[in-house]
Amino acid sequence: MTDTPQLPDRPPRRLRTARQRRKQLVGLLFVAPALCLVLLFFVIPLGMAFWMSLHNWPLLGKPRFIWFGNYSRLFGDAQFWSSLRFTVYYTLIVTVAIFSVAFPLALFVEKARPLTKLYRTAFFLPVVVGFGSASLLWAWLLDVDSGLFSPAAYWLGLTAQKINLLADFDTTFWSIIIMVVWKTAGFNMIILLTGLQGISTEVQEAARMDGASPWQRFRRITLPLMRRTIALALILSVAGSMLAFDQFYIIADGGPQNSTITAVYWIFSQSFMSFHLGYGAALSMVLLAILVVISVVQLRLLRSPEGM
Amino acid sequence: MARTRTAPTRRLLQGVRYHGFGATAAILFLAPLAWSVLVSFKPSVEARQPPLPPWPVGGFSVQNYDNLAQYGAGIWTYAGNSLAVSAATVVASVLVSLLAGYGFSRFQFPLKNVLFVLIISTVMIPFQSILTPLFLILTKLGLQNTLTGIVLVYVTLQLPFSTFMMRNAFDAVPKEIEEAARADGASVFAVLYRIMLPLVLPGVATVAIFAFLASWNEFLAALILLTDQKKYTLPVLMAAVRSGQFGTIDWGAVQSGVTLMMAPCLALFLLLQRYYIRGLTAGAVK
Repeated sequence: MTDTPQLPDRPPRRLRTARQRRKQLVGLLFVAPALCLVLLFFVIPLGMAFWMSLHNWPLLGKPRFIWFGNYSRLFGDAQFWSSLRFTVYYTLIVTVAIFSVAFPLALFVEKARPLTKLYRTAFFLPVVVGFGSASLLWAWLLDVDSGLFSPAAYWLGLTAQKINLLADFDTTFWSIIIMVVWKTAGFNMIILLTGLQGISTEVQEAARMDGASPWQRFRRITLPLMRRTIALALILSVAGSMLAFDQFYIIADGGPQNSTITAVYWIFSQSFMSFHLGYGAALSMVLLAILVVISVVQLRLLRSPEGM
Repeated sequence: MARTRTAPTRRLLQGVRYHGFGATAAILFLAPLAWSVLVSFKPSVEARQPPLPPWPVGGFSVQNYDNLAQYGAGIWTYAGNSLAVSAATVVASVLVSLLAGYGFSRFQFPLKNVLFVLIISTVMIPFQSILTPLFLILTKLGLQNTLTGIVLVYVTLQLPFSTFMMRNAFDAVPKEIEEAARADGASVFAVLYRIMLPLVLPGVATVAIFAFLASWNEFLAALILLTDQKKYTLPVLMAAVRSGQFGTIDWGAVQSGVTLMMAPCLALFLLLQRYYIRGLTAGAVK
Protein backbone atom coordinates (compact mmCIF):
# COMPACT_ATOMS: atom_id res chain seq x y z
CA MET A 1 0.00 0.00 0.00
CA THR A 2 1.56 3.26 -1.09
CA ASP A 3 0.43 6.69 -0.03
CA THR A 4 -2.29 8.22 -2.13
CA PRO A 5 -0.57 10.22 -4.89
CA GLN A 6 -0.42 13.87 -3.97
CA LEU A 7 -1.86 16.36 -6.35
CA PRO A 8 0.86 18.95 -6.96
CA ASP A 9 -0.99 22.28 -7.09
CA ARG A 10 -3.82 22.28 -4.65
CA PRO A 11 -3.80 25.46 -2.62
CA PRO A 12 -3.80 24.27 1.00
CA ARG A 13 -0.98 21.89 0.22
CA ARG A 14 1.43 23.02 2.88
CA LEU A 15 -1.19 22.77 5.53
CA ARG A 16 -2.19 19.39 4.27
CA THR A 17 1.34 17.98 4.19
CA ALA A 18 2.01 19.28 7.67
CA ARG A 19 -1.03 17.49 8.93
CA GLN A 20 -0.13 14.43 6.96
CA ARG A 21 3.37 14.45 8.33
CA ARG A 22 2.01 14.69 11.83
CA LYS A 23 -0.25 11.75 11.13
CA GLN A 24 2.70 9.79 9.77
CA LEU A 25 4.62 10.55 12.93
CA VAL A 26 1.73 9.40 15.10
CA GLY A 27 1.57 6.16 13.12
CA LEU A 28 5.28 5.60 13.60
CA LEU A 29 4.93 6.27 17.32
CA PHE A 30 2.24 3.61 17.57
CA VAL A 31 4.45 0.95 16.06
CA ALA A 32 7.64 2.18 17.76
CA PRO A 33 7.50 -0.02 20.89
CA ALA A 34 7.08 -3.17 18.79
CA LEU A 35 9.87 -2.09 16.47
CA CYS A 36 12.26 -1.30 19.32
CA LEU A 37 11.68 -4.73 20.85
CA VAL A 38 12.23 -6.51 17.56
CA LEU A 39 15.38 -4.52 16.87
CA LEU A 40 16.86 -4.91 20.33
CA PHE A 41 15.88 -8.49 21.04
CA PHE A 42 15.83 -10.00 17.57
CA VAL A 43 17.59 -8.12 14.77
CA ILE A 44 20.65 -7.05 16.77
CA PRO A 45 21.07 -10.49 18.41
CA LEU A 46 20.82 -12.06 14.99
CA GLY A 47 23.63 -9.88 13.64
CA MET A 48 25.58 -10.48 16.81
CA ALA A 49 25.17 -14.23 16.50
CA PHE A 50 26.80 -14.11 13.09
CA TRP A 51 29.56 -11.81 14.37
CA MET A 52 30.19 -14.12 17.32
CA SER A 53 30.34 -17.14 15.06
CA LEU A 54 33.49 -15.64 13.53
CA HIS A 55 35.21 -15.48 16.91
CA ASN A 56 36.73 -17.65 19.52
CA TRP A 57 34.43 -16.23 22.21
CA PRO A 58 34.93 -17.42 25.77
CA LEU A 59 32.51 -16.50 28.57
CA LEU A 60 35.19 -14.38 30.27
CA GLY A 61 38.15 -12.78 28.54
CA LYS A 62 38.63 -11.25 25.15
CA PRO A 63 37.05 -12.69 21.98
CA ARG A 64 39.52 -13.45 19.19
CA PHE A 65 38.58 -13.05 15.54
CA ILE A 66 39.21 -16.32 13.70
CA TRP A 67 37.32 -15.85 10.40
CA PHE A 68 35.49 -19.04 9.59
CA GLY A 69 37.46 -21.16 12.02
CA ASN A 70 34.35 -22.26 13.91
CA TYR A 71 32.67 -23.34 10.70
CA SER A 72 35.60 -25.45 9.59
CA ARG A 73 35.78 -26.97 13.07
CA LEU A 74 32.15 -27.90 12.75
CA PHE A 75 32.91 -30.24 9.86
CA GLY A 76 35.07 -32.39 12.09
CA ASP A 77 32.65 -32.34 15.03
CA ALA A 78 31.32 -35.90 15.14
CA GLN A 79 28.75 -35.11 17.85
CA PHE A 80 27.37 -32.24 15.76
CA TRP A 81 26.80 -34.51 12.76
CA SER A 82 25.30 -37.26 14.84
CA SER A 83 23.01 -34.72 16.54
CA LEU A 84 21.93 -33.35 13.20
CA ARG A 85 21.35 -36.86 11.86
CA PHE A 86 19.38 -37.77 14.94
CA THR A 87 17.29 -34.58 14.73
CA VAL A 88 16.40 -35.22 11.08
CA TYR A 89 15.59 -38.87 11.86
CA TYR A 90 13.39 -37.81 14.77
CA THR A 91 11.70 -35.15 12.64
CA LEU A 92 10.83 -37.60 9.86
CA ILE A 93 9.46 -40.26 12.17
CA VAL A 94 7.56 -37.98 14.50
CA THR A 95 5.97 -36.06 11.62
CA VAL A 96 4.71 -39.25 9.99
CA ALA A 97 3.50 -40.50 13.37
CA ILE A 98 1.69 -37.25 14.18
CA PHE A 99 -0.04 -37.18 10.81
CA SER A 100 -1.16 -40.77 10.95
CA VAL A 101 -2.91 -39.97 14.22
CA ALA A 102 -4.04 -36.39 13.51
CA PHE A 103 -5.61 -37.03 10.10
CA PRO A 104 -8.02 -39.75 11.28
CA LEU A 105 -8.88 -37.59 14.28
CA ALA A 106 -9.64 -34.61 12.02
CA LEU A 107 -11.86 -36.75 9.80
CA PHE A 108 -13.52 -38.12 12.93
CA VAL A 109 -14.44 -34.75 14.43
CA GLU A 110 -15.27 -33.04 11.13
CA LYS A 111 -18.96 -33.77 11.02
CA ALA A 112 -20.88 -32.45 14.01
CA ARG A 113 -22.65 -35.25 15.87
CA PRO A 114 -23.61 -35.56 19.52
CA LEU A 115 -20.49 -35.31 21.74
CA THR A 116 -18.18 -34.34 18.85
CA LYS A 117 -17.23 -31.11 20.59
CA LEU A 118 -16.39 -33.02 23.75
CA TYR A 119 -14.15 -35.44 21.85
CA ARG A 120 -12.42 -32.59 20.06
CA THR A 121 -11.69 -30.86 23.34
CA ALA A 122 -10.36 -34.09 24.86
CA PHE A 123 -7.99 -34.69 21.94
CA PHE A 124 -6.80 -31.12 22.14
CA LEU A 125 -6.19 -30.76 25.88
CA PRO A 126 -2.58 -32.10 25.89
CA VAL A 127 -1.67 -29.32 23.41
CA VAL A 128 -2.14 -26.53 25.94
CA VAL A 129 0.03 -28.26 28.53
CA GLY A 130 3.62 -27.13 28.13
CA PHE A 131 6.32 -29.35 26.70
CA GLY A 132 8.09 -29.01 30.04
CA SER A 133 5.14 -30.29 32.07
CA ALA A 134 4.37 -33.01 29.54
CA SER A 135 7.99 -34.16 29.62
CA LEU A 136 8.01 -34.30 33.42
CA LEU A 137 4.79 -36.24 33.38
CA TRP A 138 6.15 -38.79 30.89
CA ALA A 139 9.52 -39.01 32.57
CA TRP A 140 7.57 -40.33 35.52
CA LEU A 141 5.34 -42.66 33.45
CA LEU A 142 8.54 -44.08 31.94
CA ASP A 143 10.39 -44.48 35.25
CA VAL A 144 11.42 -48.04 35.92
CA ASP A 145 10.39 -48.20 39.60
CA SER A 146 7.72 -45.57 40.23
CA GLY A 147 6.38 -45.23 36.71
CA LEU A 148 3.48 -46.84 34.89
CA PHE A 149 4.62 -48.65 31.77
CA SER A 150 7.33 -51.05 32.85
CA PRO A 151 5.75 -52.02 36.21
CA ALA A 152 2.43 -52.55 34.42
CA ALA A 153 4.08 -54.71 31.73
CA TYR A 154 5.82 -56.70 34.45
CA TRP A 155 2.64 -57.24 36.46
CA LEU A 156 0.75 -58.30 33.38
CA GLY A 157 3.46 -60.87 32.77
CA LEU A 158 4.53 -59.32 29.47
CA THR A 159 8.13 -58.96 30.64
CA ALA A 160 10.16 -61.20 32.94
CA GLN A 161 11.44 -58.21 34.89
CA LYS A 162 10.91 -54.48 35.09
CA ILE A 163 12.64 -53.01 32.05
CA ASN A 164 14.22 -49.57 32.26
CA LEU A 165 12.80 -48.03 29.12
CA LEU A 166 15.27 -45.15 29.28
CA ALA A 167 18.34 -47.39 29.25
CA ASP A 168 18.03 -48.33 25.60
CA PHE A 169 18.00 -46.03 22.57
CA ASP A 170 15.04 -47.58 20.78
CA THR A 171 12.72 -47.70 23.77
CA THR A 172 13.72 -44.15 24.75
CA PHE A 173 13.20 -42.90 21.22
CA TRP A 174 9.81 -44.53 20.67
CA SER A 175 8.59 -43.51 24.13
CA ILE A 176 9.36 -39.91 23.28
CA ILE A 177 7.70 -40.28 19.86
CA ILE A 178 4.52 -41.53 21.57
CA MET A 179 4.66 -38.70 24.08
CA VAL A 180 5.05 -36.06 21.33
CA VAL A 181 2.23 -37.57 19.28
CA TRP A 182 0.01 -37.50 22.37
CA LYS A 183 0.99 -33.88 23.00
CA THR A 184 0.71 -32.48 19.44
CA ALA A 185 -1.82 -34.60 17.51
CA GLY A 186 -4.66 -32.34 18.66
CA PHE A 187 -2.90 -29.27 17.30
CA ASN A 188 -2.47 -30.82 13.87
CA MET A 189 -6.03 -32.13 14.03
CA ILE A 190 -7.34 -28.56 14.34
CA ILE A 191 -5.17 -27.28 11.50
CA LEU A 192 -6.28 -30.14 9.23
CA LEU A 193 -9.86 -29.60 10.33
CA THR A 194 -9.84 -26.04 8.99
CA GLY A 195 -8.74 -27.46 5.64
CA LEU A 196 -11.44 -30.13 5.67
CA GLN A 197 -14.11 -27.59 6.48
CA GLY A 198 -12.92 -25.42 3.61
CA ILE A 199 -13.95 -28.09 1.09
CA SER A 200 -17.45 -27.42 -0.15
CA THR A 201 -19.95 -30.16 0.60
CA GLU A 202 -21.34 -29.86 -2.93
CA VAL A 203 -18.15 -31.22 -4.44
CA GLN A 204 -18.25 -34.22 -2.11
CA GLU A 205 -21.96 -34.73 -2.77
CA ALA A 206 -21.48 -34.59 -6.53
CA ALA A 207 -18.72 -37.20 -6.32
CA ARG A 208 -20.92 -39.41 -4.17
CA MET A 209 -23.75 -39.12 -6.73
CA ASP A 210 -21.31 -40.17 -9.44
CA GLY A 211 -20.61 -43.29 -7.43
CA ALA A 212 -17.19 -42.51 -5.98
CA SER A 213 -16.31 -44.68 -2.99
CA PRO A 214 -15.32 -43.02 0.33
CA TRP A 215 -11.67 -43.89 -0.30
CA GLN A 216 -11.81 -42.50 -3.85
CA ARG A 217 -13.41 -39.32 -2.54
CA PHE A 218 -10.71 -38.97 0.10
CA ARG A 219 -7.91 -39.71 -2.34
CA ARG A 220 -9.16 -37.66 -5.33
CA ILE A 221 -11.01 -34.77 -3.69
CA THR A 222 -10.15 -34.31 -0.04
CA LEU A 223 -6.39 -34.74 -0.28
CA PRO A 224 -5.79 -32.54 -3.36
CA LEU A 225 -8.05 -29.77 -2.07
CA MET A 226 -6.25 -29.83 1.28
CA ARG A 227 -2.78 -29.49 -0.21
CA ARG A 228 -2.20 -26.05 1.29
CA THR A 229 -3.41 -27.01 4.74
CA ILE A 230 -1.39 -30.20 4.71
CA ALA A 231 1.67 -28.27 3.62
CA LEU A 232 1.18 -25.79 6.46
CA ALA A 233 0.69 -28.48 9.11
CA LEU A 234 3.63 -30.40 7.73
CA ILE A 235 5.97 -27.45 7.81
CA LEU A 236 4.90 -26.42 11.31
CA SER A 237 5.55 -29.94 12.48
CA VAL A 238 8.90 -30.21 10.70
CA ALA A 239 10.14 -26.84 11.94
CA GLY A 240 9.00 -27.58 15.49
CA SER A 241 10.62 -31.01 15.52
CA MET A 242 13.91 -29.75 14.10
CA LEU A 243 14.08 -27.47 17.16
CA ALA A 244 13.14 -30.16 19.69
CA PHE A 245 14.85 -29.80 23.04
CA ASP A 246 12.63 -29.94 26.17
CA GLN A 247 11.55 -33.58 25.93
CA PHE A 248 15.04 -34.88 25.20
CA TYR A 249 16.62 -32.79 27.93
CA ILE A 250 14.01 -33.54 30.60
CA ILE A 251 13.09 -37.15 29.84
CA ALA A 252 16.34 -38.61 28.54
CA ASP A 253 19.01 -36.05 29.37
CA GLY A 254 20.37 -36.76 25.87
CA GLY A 255 20.99 -40.38 26.78
CA PRO A 256 21.54 -43.23 26.70
CA GLN A 257 25.18 -42.53 25.75
CA ASN A 258 24.40 -39.16 24.13
CA SER A 259 22.29 -40.91 21.49
CA THR A 260 19.31 -38.55 21.82
CA ILE A 261 21.15 -35.23 21.74
CA THR A 262 19.28 -32.99 19.30
CA ALA A 263 20.74 -30.07 17.36
CA VAL A 264 19.39 -27.49 19.82
CA TYR A 265 20.62 -29.62 22.71
CA TRP A 266 24.13 -29.64 21.25
CA ILE A 267 24.06 -25.86 20.74
CA PHE A 268 22.86 -25.48 24.33
CA SER A 269 25.57 -27.75 25.61
CA GLN A 270 28.37 -26.06 23.63
CA SER A 271 27.22 -22.53 24.50
CA PHE A 272 26.04 -22.85 28.07
CA MET A 273 27.74 -25.89 29.51
CA SER A 274 31.15 -25.74 27.79
CA PHE A 275 30.93 -21.95 27.23
CA HIS A 276 32.24 -22.07 23.66
CA LEU A 277 30.03 -19.12 22.80
CA GLY A 278 31.55 -18.49 19.36
CA TYR A 279 31.33 -22.13 18.36
CA GLY A 280 27.79 -22.35 19.68
CA ALA A 281 26.92 -19.31 17.54
CA ALA A 282 28.34 -21.01 14.44
CA LEU A 283 26.24 -24.10 15.17
CA SER A 284 23.22 -21.80 15.60
CA MET A 285 23.85 -20.21 12.21
CA VAL A 286 23.84 -23.62 10.53
CA LEU A 287 20.59 -24.60 12.23
CA LEU A 288 19.11 -21.22 11.34
CA ALA A 289 20.05 -21.67 7.68
CA ILE A 290 18.35 -25.08 7.63
CA LEU A 291 15.18 -23.64 9.15
CA VAL A 292 15.08 -20.66 6.83
CA VAL A 293 15.29 -23.04 3.87
CA ILE A 294 12.35 -24.98 5.36
CA SER A 295 10.38 -21.73 5.78
CA VAL A 296 11.09 -20.64 2.22
CA VAL A 297 9.91 -24.00 0.93
CA GLN A 298 6.81 -23.47 3.04
CA LEU A 299 6.06 -20.11 1.47
CA ARG A 300 6.59 -21.55 -2.01
CA LEU A 301 4.18 -24.37 -1.34
CA LEU A 302 1.59 -22.08 0.16
CA ARG A 303 1.77 -19.60 -2.68
CA SER A 304 1.67 -22.10 -5.51
CA PRO A 305 -1.43 -21.52 -7.65
CA GLU A 306 -2.69 -25.10 -7.71
CA GLY A 307 -3.47 -24.84 -4.00
CA MET A 308 -6.89 -23.96 -2.69
CA MET B 1 -26.90 -59.86 6.84
CA ALA B 2 -26.26 -56.31 5.67
CA ARG B 3 -29.25 -56.43 3.36
CA THR B 4 -31.65 -57.37 6.10
CA ARG B 5 -30.56 -54.59 8.48
CA THR B 6 -33.19 -51.95 9.05
CA ALA B 7 -32.28 -48.29 9.04
CA PRO B 8 -32.55 -47.83 12.84
CA THR B 9 -30.29 -50.83 13.50
CA ARG B 10 -27.72 -49.49 11.08
CA ARG B 11 -27.80 -46.11 12.71
CA LEU B 12 -27.41 -47.70 16.11
CA LEU B 13 -24.39 -49.70 14.96
CA GLN B 14 -22.86 -46.59 13.45
CA GLY B 15 -23.43 -44.75 16.68
CA VAL B 16 -21.80 -47.49 18.71
CA ARG B 17 -18.80 -47.53 16.38
CA TYR B 18 -18.52 -43.76 16.40
CA HIS B 19 -18.75 -43.36 20.15
CA GLY B 20 -16.65 -46.46 20.77
CA PHE B 21 -13.79 -44.92 18.83
CA GLY B 22 -14.39 -41.44 20.24
CA ALA B 23 -14.50 -42.55 23.85
CA THR B 24 -11.44 -44.80 23.54
CA ALA B 25 -9.38 -42.09 21.89
CA ALA B 26 -10.58 -39.47 24.38
CA ILE B 27 -9.59 -41.71 27.29
CA LEU B 28 -6.14 -42.29 25.78
CA PHE B 29 -5.58 -38.54 25.45
CA LEU B 30 -6.91 -37.67 28.88
CA ALA B 31 -5.44 -40.59 30.84
CA PRO B 32 -1.89 -39.23 31.32
CA LEU B 33 -3.26 -35.89 32.54
CA ALA B 34 -5.68 -37.58 34.92
CA TRP B 35 -3.04 -40.03 36.11
CA SER B 36 -0.68 -37.26 37.07
CA VAL B 37 -3.33 -35.25 38.90
CA LEU B 38 -4.63 -38.30 40.80
CA VAL B 39 -1.16 -39.45 41.86
CA SER B 40 -0.32 -35.97 43.13
CA PHE B 41 -2.99 -36.51 45.81
CA LYS B 42 -1.64 -39.84 47.03
CA PRO B 43 0.22 -40.03 50.33
CA SER B 44 3.94 -39.58 49.73
CA VAL B 45 4.93 -43.22 50.32
CA GLU B 46 2.19 -44.52 48.07
CA ALA B 47 3.20 -42.09 45.30
CA ARG B 48 6.61 -43.76 45.15
CA GLN B 49 4.95 -47.03 44.12
CA PRO B 50 3.81 -47.66 40.55
CA PRO B 51 0.47 -45.83 40.10
CA LEU B 52 -1.78 -48.88 39.91
CA PRO B 53 -4.51 -47.97 40.55
CA PRO B 54 -3.95 -44.26 39.83
CA TRP B 55 -6.28 -42.96 42.54
CA PRO B 56 -5.14 -42.63 46.16
CA VAL B 57 -5.80 -45.93 47.94
CA GLY B 58 -4.50 -44.83 51.32
CA GLY B 59 -6.76 -41.79 51.37
CA PHE B 60 -6.59 -38.38 49.80
CA SER B 61 -3.48 -36.44 50.89
CA VAL B 62 -1.62 -33.20 50.17
CA GLN B 63 1.72 -34.56 51.41
CA ASN B 64 3.22 -34.34 47.91
CA TYR B 65 2.33 -30.67 47.78
CA ASP B 66 3.92 -30.15 51.18
CA ASN B 67 7.07 -31.87 49.93
CA LEU B 68 7.02 -29.83 46.75
CA ALA B 69 6.85 -26.68 48.85
CA GLN B 70 10.18 -27.56 50.49
CA TYR B 71 12.34 -27.32 47.37
CA GLY B 72 14.87 -24.50 47.20
CA ALA B 73 13.42 -21.14 48.11
CA GLY B 74 9.92 -22.60 48.51
CA ILE B 75 7.42 -23.37 45.81
CA TRP B 76 5.58 -20.09 46.23
CA THR B 77 8.68 -18.18 45.20
CA TYR B 78 8.80 -20.15 41.96
CA ALA B 79 5.08 -20.12 41.36
CA GLY B 80 5.22 -16.37 42.04
CA ASN B 81 8.03 -15.96 39.52
CA SER B 82 6.08 -17.89 36.90
CA LEU B 83 2.92 -15.94 37.61
CA ALA B 84 4.71 -12.57 37.53
CA VAL B 85 6.47 -13.41 34.26
CA SER B 86 3.26 -14.63 32.62
CA ALA B 87 1.12 -11.74 33.85
CA ALA B 88 3.70 -9.18 32.72
CA THR B 89 4.11 -10.91 29.35
CA VAL B 90 0.34 -10.89 28.83
CA VAL B 91 -0.05 -7.21 29.74
CA ALA B 92 2.97 -6.05 27.76
CA SER B 93 2.10 -8.19 24.71
CA VAL B 94 -1.42 -6.82 24.63
CA LEU B 95 -0.24 -3.23 25.06
CA VAL B 96 2.52 -3.34 22.46
CA SER B 97 0.50 -5.25 19.88
CA LEU B 98 -2.57 -3.09 20.42
CA LEU B 99 -0.54 0.01 19.57
CA ALA B 100 1.31 -1.66 16.70
CA GLY B 101 -1.84 -3.23 15.27
CA TYR B 102 -3.60 0.14 15.31
CA GLY B 103 -0.59 1.88 13.78
CA PHE B 104 -0.23 -0.64 10.97
CA SER B 105 -3.96 -0.75 10.31
CA ARG B 106 -4.86 2.93 10.34
CA PHE B 107 -1.83 5.07 9.52
CA GLN B 108 0.38 5.67 6.51
CA PHE B 109 4.07 6.19 7.11
CA PRO B 110 7.29 5.57 5.22
CA LEU B 111 8.46 1.94 5.08
CA LYS B 112 5.23 0.78 6.67
CA ASN B 113 5.06 -2.50 4.81
CA VAL B 114 8.75 -3.21 5.21
CA LEU B 115 8.49 -2.72 8.96
CA PHE B 116 5.40 -4.90 9.19
CA VAL B 117 7.08 -7.69 7.25
CA LEU B 118 10.19 -7.29 9.42
CA ILE B 119 8.16 -7.94 12.57
CA ILE B 120 6.17 -10.82 11.07
CA SER B 121 9.15 -12.52 9.47
CA THR B 122 10.94 -13.00 12.78
CA VAL B 123 8.63 -15.99 13.18
CA MET B 124 10.77 -17.78 10.59
CA ILE B 125 13.95 -17.38 12.62
CA PRO B 126 14.23 -19.86 15.48
CA PHE B 127 14.88 -17.96 18.71
CA GLN B 128 16.99 -20.93 19.83
CA SER B 129 19.68 -19.65 17.49
CA ILE B 130 20.00 -16.22 19.12
CA LEU B 131 20.02 -17.22 22.78
CA THR B 132 23.72 -16.54 23.32
CA PRO B 133 23.61 -12.94 22.04
CA LEU B 134 20.38 -12.42 23.96
CA PHE B 135 22.19 -13.53 27.09
CA LEU B 136 25.01 -11.02 26.41
CA ILE B 137 22.65 -8.16 25.54
CA LEU B 138 20.58 -8.71 28.67
CA THR B 139 23.81 -8.78 30.68
CA LYS B 140 24.85 -5.43 29.13
CA LEU B 141 21.47 -3.95 30.02
CA GLY B 142 21.72 -5.32 33.56
CA LEU B 143 18.67 -7.48 32.86
CA GLN B 144 20.29 -10.90 32.74
CA ASN B 145 18.93 -13.13 35.48
CA THR B 146 15.96 -10.82 36.00
CA LEU B 147 12.30 -11.52 35.43
CA THR B 148 12.04 -8.21 33.53
CA GLY B 149 14.63 -9.43 31.05
CA ILE B 150 12.84 -12.66 30.33
CA VAL B 151 9.51 -10.85 29.99
CA LEU B 152 11.01 -8.57 27.32
CA VAL B 153 12.27 -11.61 25.44
CA TYR B 154 8.90 -13.35 25.67
CA VAL B 155 7.02 -10.26 24.49
CA THR B 156 9.36 -10.03 21.51
CA LEU B 157 8.86 -13.69 20.66
CA GLN B 158 5.09 -13.16 20.73
CA LEU B 159 5.24 -10.08 18.49
CA PRO B 160 4.89 -11.67 15.05
CA PHE B 161 1.72 -13.43 16.17
CA SER B 162 0.30 -10.65 18.34
CA THR B 163 0.97 -7.84 15.84
CA PHE B 164 -0.52 -9.88 13.00
CA MET B 165 -3.57 -10.73 15.12
CA MET B 166 -4.19 -7.14 16.24
CA ARG B 167 -3.68 -5.61 12.80
CA ASN B 168 -6.29 -8.01 11.42
CA ALA B 169 -8.61 -7.16 14.29
CA PHE B 170 -8.35 -3.44 13.54
CA ASP B 171 -8.66 -4.01 9.80
CA ALA B 172 -12.01 -5.68 10.43
CA VAL B 173 -13.43 -2.53 12.09
CA PRO B 174 -15.09 -0.13 9.60
CA LYS B 175 -13.22 3.17 9.29
CA GLU B 176 -16.45 5.20 9.54
CA ILE B 177 -16.78 4.40 13.22
CA GLU B 178 -13.65 6.18 14.29
CA GLU B 179 -14.01 8.94 11.69
CA ALA B 180 -17.28 9.90 13.32
CA ALA B 181 -15.58 10.01 16.71
CA ARG B 182 -12.65 12.02 15.34
CA ALA B 183 -15.09 14.48 13.80
CA ASP B 184 -16.50 14.99 17.28
CA GLY B 185 -13.04 16.10 18.32
CA ALA B 186 -11.84 13.07 20.27
CA SER B 187 -8.06 12.60 20.46
CA VAL B 188 -6.28 9.66 18.84
CA PHE B 189 -5.79 7.89 22.15
CA ALA B 190 -9.34 8.50 23.27
CA VAL B 191 -10.58 6.96 20.02
CA LEU B 192 -8.31 3.97 20.48
CA TYR B 193 -9.22 3.43 24.11
CA ARG B 194 -12.91 4.31 24.19
CA ILE B 195 -14.10 3.29 20.75
CA MET B 196 -11.71 0.84 19.16
CA LEU B 197 -10.66 -1.22 22.18
CA PRO B 198 -14.12 -2.65 22.88
CA LEU B 199 -14.40 -3.61 19.21
CA VAL B 200 -11.13 -5.52 19.09
CA LEU B 201 -11.50 -7.25 22.47
CA PRO B 202 -11.80 -10.73 20.91
CA GLY B 203 -8.41 -10.17 19.29
CA VAL B 204 -7.03 -9.00 22.63
CA ALA B 205 -8.32 -12.19 24.27
CA THR B 206 -6.57 -14.30 21.63
CA VAL B 207 -3.28 -12.42 22.05
CA ALA B 208 -3.54 -12.67 25.84
CA ILE B 209 -4.19 -16.41 26.01
CA PHE B 210 -1.36 -17.19 23.59
CA ALA B 211 1.01 -14.93 25.52
CA PHE B 212 0.04 -16.60 28.78
CA LEU B 213 0.46 -20.17 27.59
CA ALA B 214 3.75 -19.43 25.82
CA SER B 215 5.34 -17.64 28.76
CA TRP B 216 3.96 -19.94 31.46
CA ASN B 217 5.26 -23.02 29.66
CA GLU B 218 8.50 -21.74 28.11
CA PHE B 219 11.54 -23.71 29.21
CA LEU B 220 14.75 -23.25 27.19
CA ALA B 221 15.09 -19.46 27.34
CA ALA B 222 14.22 -19.47 31.04
CA LEU B 223 16.76 -22.22 31.66
CA ILE B 224 19.49 -20.13 30.05
CA LEU B 225 18.58 -16.58 31.01
CA LEU B 226 17.68 -17.20 34.67
CA THR B 227 20.87 -18.34 36.35
CA ASP B 228 20.05 -17.67 39.99
CA GLN B 229 18.01 -20.45 41.56
CA LYS B 230 15.72 -17.95 43.32
CA LYS B 231 14.66 -16.58 39.93
CA TYR B 232 13.65 -19.93 38.42
CA THR B 233 10.23 -20.29 36.88
CA LEU B 234 8.26 -23.49 37.55
CA PRO B 235 9.43 -25.49 34.49
CA VAL B 236 13.09 -24.73 35.26
CA LEU B 237 12.67 -25.65 38.92
CA MET B 238 10.85 -28.89 38.15
CA ALA B 239 13.44 -29.91 35.55
CA ALA B 240 16.10 -29.37 38.23
CA VAL B 241 14.12 -31.55 40.63
CA ARG B 242 13.77 -34.23 37.95
CA SER B 243 17.50 -34.19 37.20
CA GLY B 244 18.19 -34.93 40.85
CA GLN B 245 19.64 -31.52 41.79
CA PHE B 246 17.62 -31.65 45.00
CA GLY B 247 18.54 -35.24 45.86
CA THR B 248 16.61 -38.42 45.11
CA ILE B 249 13.69 -37.76 42.82
CA ASP B 250 10.41 -37.63 44.71
CA TRP B 251 7.98 -38.52 41.92
CA GLY B 252 4.96 -37.65 44.03
CA ALA B 253 6.29 -34.13 44.48
CA VAL B 254 7.14 -33.94 40.77
CA GLN B 255 3.55 -34.85 39.85
CA SER B 256 2.18 -32.24 42.22
CA GLY B 257 4.46 -29.77 40.43
CA VAL B 258 3.20 -30.97 37.06
CA THR B 259 -0.39 -30.56 38.27
CA LEU B 260 0.40 -27.05 39.46
CA MET B 261 1.88 -26.20 36.06
CA MET B 262 -0.94 -27.77 34.04
CA ALA B 263 -3.92 -26.46 36.00
CA PRO B 264 -3.90 -22.82 34.82
CA CYS B 265 -3.33 -23.86 31.19
CA LEU B 266 -6.21 -26.31 31.19
CA ALA B 267 -8.54 -23.95 33.06
CA LEU B 268 -7.73 -21.02 30.80
CA PHE B 269 -8.16 -23.08 27.67
CA LEU B 270 -11.51 -24.49 28.76
CA LEU B 271 -12.73 -20.99 29.60
CA LEU B 272 -11.41 -19.22 26.52
CA GLN B 273 -11.39 -22.08 24.01
CA ARG B 274 -13.13 -20.01 21.35
CA TYR B 275 -10.42 -17.35 21.32
CA TYR B 276 -7.64 -19.88 21.40
CA ILE B 277 -8.91 -21.88 18.43
CA ARG B 278 -9.47 -18.61 16.56
CA GLY B 279 -5.82 -17.76 16.99
CA LEU B 280 -4.77 -21.18 15.75
CA THR B 281 -6.93 -21.10 12.66
CA ALA B 282 -6.08 -17.47 11.84
CA GLY B 283 -2.66 -18.68 10.78
CA ALA B 284 -4.01 -21.74 9.01
CA VAL B 285 -6.62 -19.97 6.93
CA LYS B 286 -4.42 -17.06 5.89
